[in-house]
Amino acid sequence: MKKKFLLGFGGLMLSTVLSFGQANIMPAKAQAGPVVITGATIHIGNGQVINNGFIAFDKGKITAVGEGTAPATTGATVINAAGKQVYPGFICPNTSLGLVEFEAVRATDDETETGELNPHIRSLIAYNTDSKVIPTVRSNGVLLAQPTPQGGAISGQSSVMMLDGWNWEDAAYKTDIGIHINWPVARAARRRGSITPGQGQESPAERAQKQIDEFTSLFAQAQAYAAGSKPAVSNVRLAAMKGLFDGSKKLFVNANGAKEILQATNFAKKFGIQLVIVGGKESYLVADVLKDNQVPVIIQETQALPDKDEDDVYLPYKLPHLLQDAGVLYGLSGIGFWRQRNLPFEAGQAVGYGLSKEQAVSMITLNNAKILGIDKTTGTLETGKDANLFISTGDALDMLTLNVENAFIKGKSINLDNLHKQLYRRYSEKYSLTPKL
Amino acid sequence: MKKLLLFCVALMTLHLSRAQETFPVNGSWDVRTGQYAFTNATIVVSADQTITNGTLLVKDQLIEAVGQNLNVPKGYVKVDLKGKYIYPALVDAFTTYGIPEAPRQATGFSGYGRGGVPVSTKPGAFGWNEAIRPDVNAKSLFHVNTAKAEELKRNGFGTVQSLVQDGIARGTSVVVNLADDRDNEVMLNDQAAAHYSFSKGTAATNYPSSLMGSIALLRQTYYDAQWYKGQSKEYNISLAEFNRTQALPQVFEVSDVQSILRADKIAKEFGKQYIFKTDGQEYQRIDAVKAIGGTFIIPVSFPAAYDVEDPIEARNVSYAQLKNWEMAPTNPAALEKAGVRFAITSYGLTNPRDFWSNIRTAIGYGLSEKQALRSLTEIPAQILGVSNKVGTLAKGKMANFIITSAELFKPDNVIYETWTGGRQFAISKMELTDLRGTYTLSGTNLAASTLIISGTPGNYEVSLSRTGADSARTRGSITRTGDIVNLYFDFKNKPSGNIRLGGYISSTSPVTLRGDGIMPDGSSIKWTATYSGTAPGNSGSLAGKSGTPAAKSVASVGQAIYPFTAFGYTQVPKAETVLFKNATVWTNEKEGVLKNADVLIENGKIKAVGKNLSAGGAKVVDATGKHISPGIVDEHSHIAASNGINEGTQSVTSEVRIADVIDGEDVNIYRQLAGGVTTSHILHGSANAIGGQTQLIKLRWGMLPEQLKFEGSDGFIKFALGENVKQSNVPQQYGSAYTRFPQTRMGVEQVYVDAFTRAKEYKAARAGKNSTARRDLELDALAEILDGKRFITCHSYVQSEINMLMHVADSMGFKINTFTHILEGYKVADKMKARKIAGSTFSDWWAYKMEVAEAIPYNGKLMHEVGVLTGFNSDDAEMARRLNQEAAKAVTYGQLGQEDALKLVTLNPAKMLHVDNRIGSLKPGKDADLVVWSDNPLSVYAVAEKTYVDGVPYWDYAKDAERQKAMKADEGRIIQKMLEAKGKGNSTQRPAFQRPRLYECQDIEESAYTVADSYNGMLQNQAAQQSQNKN
Repeated sequence: MKKKFLLGFGGLMLSTVLSFGQANIMPAKAQAGPVVITGATIHIGNGQVINNGFIAFDKGKITAVGEGTAPATTGATVINAAGKQVYPGFICPNTSLGLVEFEAVRATDDETETGELNPHIRSLIAYNTDSKVIPTVRSNGVLLAQPTPQGGAISGQSSVMMLDGWNWEDAAYKTDIGIHINWPVARAARRRGSITPGQGQESPAERAQKQIDEFTSLFAQAQAYAAGSKPAVSNVRLAAMKGLFDGSKKLFVNANGAKEILQATNFAKKFGIQLVIVGGKESYLVADVLKDNQVPVIIQETQALPDKDEDDVYLPYKLPHLLQDAGVLYGLSGIGFWRQRNLPFEAGQAVGYGLSKEQAVSMITLNNAKILGIDKTTGTLETGKDANLFISTGDALDMLTLNVENAFIKGKSINLDNLHKQLYRRYSEKYSLTPKL
Repeated sequence: MKKLLLFCVALMTLHLSRAQETFPVNGSWDVRTGQYAFTNATIVVSADQTITNGTLLVKDQLIEAVGQNLNVPKGYVKVDLKGKYIYPALVDAFTTYGIPEAPRQATGFSGYGRGGVPVSTKPGAFGWNEAIRPDVNAKSLFHVNTAKAEELKRNGFGTVQSLVQDGIARGTSVVVNLADDRDNEVMLNDQAAAHYSFSKGTAATNYPSSLMGSIALLRQTYYDAQWYKGQSKEYNISLAEFNRTQALPQVFEVSDVQSILRADKIAKEFGKQYIFKTDGQEYQRIDAVKAIGGTFIIPVSFPAAYDVEDPIEARNVSYAQLKNWEMAPTNPAALEKAGVRFAITSYGLTNPRDFWSNIRTAIGYGLSEKQALRSLTEIPAQILGVSNKVGTLAKGKMANFIITSAELFKPDNVIYETWTGGRQFAISKMELTDLRGTYTLSGTNLAASTLIISGTPGNYEVSLSRTGADSARTRGSITRTGDIVNLYFDFKNKPSGNIRLGGYISSTSPVTLRGDGIMPDGSSIKWTATYSGTAPGNSGSLAGKSGTPAAKSVASVGQAIYPFTAFGYTQVPKAETVLFKNATVWTNEKEGVLKNADVLIENGKIKAVGKNLSAGGAKVVDATGKHISPGIVDEHSHIAASNGINEGTQSVTSEVRIADVIDGEDVNIYRQLAGGVTTSHILHGSANAIGGQTQLIKLRWGMLPEQLKFEGSDGFIKFALGENVKQSNVPQQYGSAYTRFPQTRMGVEQVYVDAFTRAKEYKAARAGKNSTARRDLELDALAEILDGKRFITCHSYVQSEINMLMHVADSMGFKINTFTHILEGYKVADKMKARKIAGSTFSDWWAYKMEVAEAIPYNGKLMHEVGVLTGFNSDDAEMARRLNQEAAKAVTYGQLGQEDALKLVTLNPAKMLHVDNRIGSLKPGKDADLVVWSDNPLSVYAVAEKTYVDGVPYWDYAKDAERQKAMKADEGRIIQKMLEAKGKGNSTQRPAFQRPRLYECQDIEESAYTVADSYNGMLQNQAAQQSQNKN
């Protein structure tokens, strides 16, 4: 049944000249020769902008960035980008991209393992490079992502992946960079109209504290396990946590409430762990603490509703600016998997509410790279870094102008076709219309 | 001991043996006619009449006489009440006293019903729905409950109404005396009232699962009952009883003000006048409540203060909760001031002991004592049809009265006895010394401390404190038996451990207690406590200890807000006459986008659009650099609806109406104004093939639900196709899934064919002049569709089903107005165009379920280009407030022209909804619904700075900042007040965050965890609260 369907589908695809079967969207080949982009407005990613600039890259690395005329490079492919914009590839942390194909179809969902304590499971090996969703996301300039396991108290480990490759092994950018946990929520949630929790019951704060105590004891054991040379009994869970204590892995804590963020910060401090807060809806209330402890925040969404009726109606739009002003390092993830193609707009959303455009660019390039620990090789357009970048004909943060014409990951020229463009062409054909891509 | 018990039983038996003619007697007859004479009392006969130095004669169950200078005949037991008061015993118009508790299988509108049954399985010739139970008679369930009766009598109640609080039509109630007597003896009215609510209670029938379903069911029941009178085909106890109970007073239990208005709408529709039992928030909309002209039964169960010491935790207390805590005690006074007739019930109090302190609190907030007494006696008696028996003191009425130490509403008043039907119930002995007061406690080896005895006689509360270097406070316990008093307490320090004092009342003027005690270390001491003054006022009492009416000032509270939630206005803004100068104006008319143009609005309408307009008397707003667009119109929204947007229990629910459940207090109305939305089409969900009727609203924040409705707009109805209808994404483990027809797209087709076949036959049957065919609201709505008077918006995804419905419509002879969502519209756009069907889609949603595997962001562009009237909708409270950006995505994907793109969320949906004569473009004569943007409205950088609806500036970014400041200040003020209340020892409750309920199409109501909810919750957890279940 399935085979037949696919065959039929492929046949239909071939019947139109312009459209390719999804299987024909080929992963890119390694960069063959130097490339120079000229005449562009270059957004470095660190806040700087070069007007009428050039950028050259070879063997996957940026070799030169500057203003004016590019130095002559023999054998270079020159792309004239006059009037166009060049950005570092956008980076999407904390995502389900590549782990889920259809949200409601369980068989296509590989992001939530059963059980509470799973520090040993790894998103890396479930990352599906053949997902039809990935090409729709990268064609909006998102070139790196951190597919992240969800669920349980300790969800597992994540890696940073390139949004192009034949398989997960080839697509890996930096593997097993951190462990993700869901911080217990000390808040009595109730639905409108339901009864108030009785005074005699264990308070939500007490319940949450118990879970925190469990974390504490587990982490103490893991720390001891990591310090010992040869354990009496091997334990894959504790072994997986070793990197947290030698600084090779970060601890990503999902926490939105101010209290939870404070608790997590103290927790990480106690164990000498590098902490990243994910979510951080109320991070602005405890910004001083985050700044003093150098704890960064990955904001999940700007395009969200405020948590509380009383909150400023634009609070989620304003959150990046609140953290910027407070001197906290913040990034942005967007949500879900297919929605990740809206990451540029989620960043752009903050601009009307205090953030500058270049700060918004940094939020999803350099800042995210720093938080993920990959800023030495990517996140900005600087000499020596990987050539992860794209050219848009207009402002990439605005849906009115975003139009990605070329994209490169490690200098490889990425195929920007996707299922949606193909179907667009297919039905333009049906109605004898000219597709405008 | 055994003997004593036997004696007690004997006494009780005797006590019960009033002469009841039909009952045999075991042993010798012992009938005693209770004859009492209460003399020298101040007798408050009614709120309007007081007799000083009066006498009350009681004979058996009745009052023999009441007045001054009455002769006390021989044979009467004389009770001298010098200095004391007699009041009519109170009447509680809403209790479940003596009614066995129903098994709680379900509450509210709960239970999506996959576990329930489609049609009643209750044995007997009853109606189809178990929530309609007018056949329930409290009289055959009622049984005297001594303990509960005493609880009520302690507060002075002598008579109550008892009802079975279960179901939508709940049957009839009784009025009973609270005497400890045989059930036969206490019955005052065996058919007092017929009762209703919106809650299905324990009914096992899965319908209704939403508030609008409850309303539809009740409405249909009224019609069915009318039809039942004139037919002979069907025997139906439920309908017969429903008809029979219509002559009784009709009592409707509701919650908030909006539900009062909803119930009243039904009442007016069927020529009824309900008596409303409410939750006491009428003060929030007192004018609307007054306008109803009904009688109310209100509680005095005021909310306890919240724990707000922890600022972060305090954020979990909503502004509405804070305001309600402060203002709820003003409710009785507000009703009195408005001239609304109301009774007060003790129902709903967590602790019956709070009753009097709460009544006094209400008096502290301006309720007059006269009104309070009336609302506790005469008015409930009238409501219940027993004013000839109780409520006032007069010859021939029941001997239901209370004896008090002082005026009833005085803070230190004590109710000594409550008499019901000539039966005495002593609460505290009149002859005993009242121990309440402040004492100096001293003793050997005991540091001098202050002892305060408060509370009520029979229920004293004790606290102790000492000052100086070892200052300490503690609560203690006291027991009193006659003149013997025992006390114990623990200061926790110097010494720690309980100090036990035993003693007696050694003097009554001043009261002195003395005796021996045992210290924690076992050593003995001598102690004395000497009265030094009155005890500080009881907790919760605002009237304070003086309580003299002359000194009474009404306690003040903050301002009311409209609606009663965050961002409510203290003053709802009014329509303005404004000239916007020098803006970029997106007219959506043939003029296109005008640069440096002006817009003039007046009387809620657009007066002129063009260059260099003259201001006249208008306020001039410099809009240089700004863009002005028509207000955004959302064709598919689920905000502003209460308690469920799906009545998914049946495949066809065209009888339910979103119009019945519009919620004007949803903060998302305000939030969407802040995103430039001015009109929203509120749809039923997509759980079934033929859903409910929709409602178009304007986002008039601060107005009542009826005032939000778009006047004169055409009626629409929601249809749905695909995975939600065939329940594809409901896991089998949740209830008995996979049984409700249909489970395939094949079945969906036949649901439509069947429904419209029935509708045609129904139409024919109803057509005749003298037709007796039963009016069926479900088929009425379908007949309206066939007649072209109601219009379909159909949730749809894949091309096969879209094609199918178009064919069904063609063959059955109806039209489809709009396909909503329509993510594969691009595949059948030519067929839609041929039938002039509009497409209202998402800009870029896909991959959230199987039927959106080929949803593409070019869909809108393709449909538009083929010639389908195309729009973008939200189905989501978040997305709705940036629909302008969603429109822009048609530029991102497919390069649609900018003017056409903006029309996707303004003029085009207005056309789909048949209101483009009123809204959708900036044209003189149209409604002044417009947005002032900081930038090109299609840009991600555009901020909606001002949003006008009918010329009223409901959203103003700059003013919002001021209003937020004022709200913060008001919150701070109330929190201070709460902390003070807690400091005074008032009870508190933990903050509990209320997460607002947001609906999308497939969401199913209600309460804690219903089937669909937990499924949605599961999905959401999987994506760590990231993913959203879209339709």
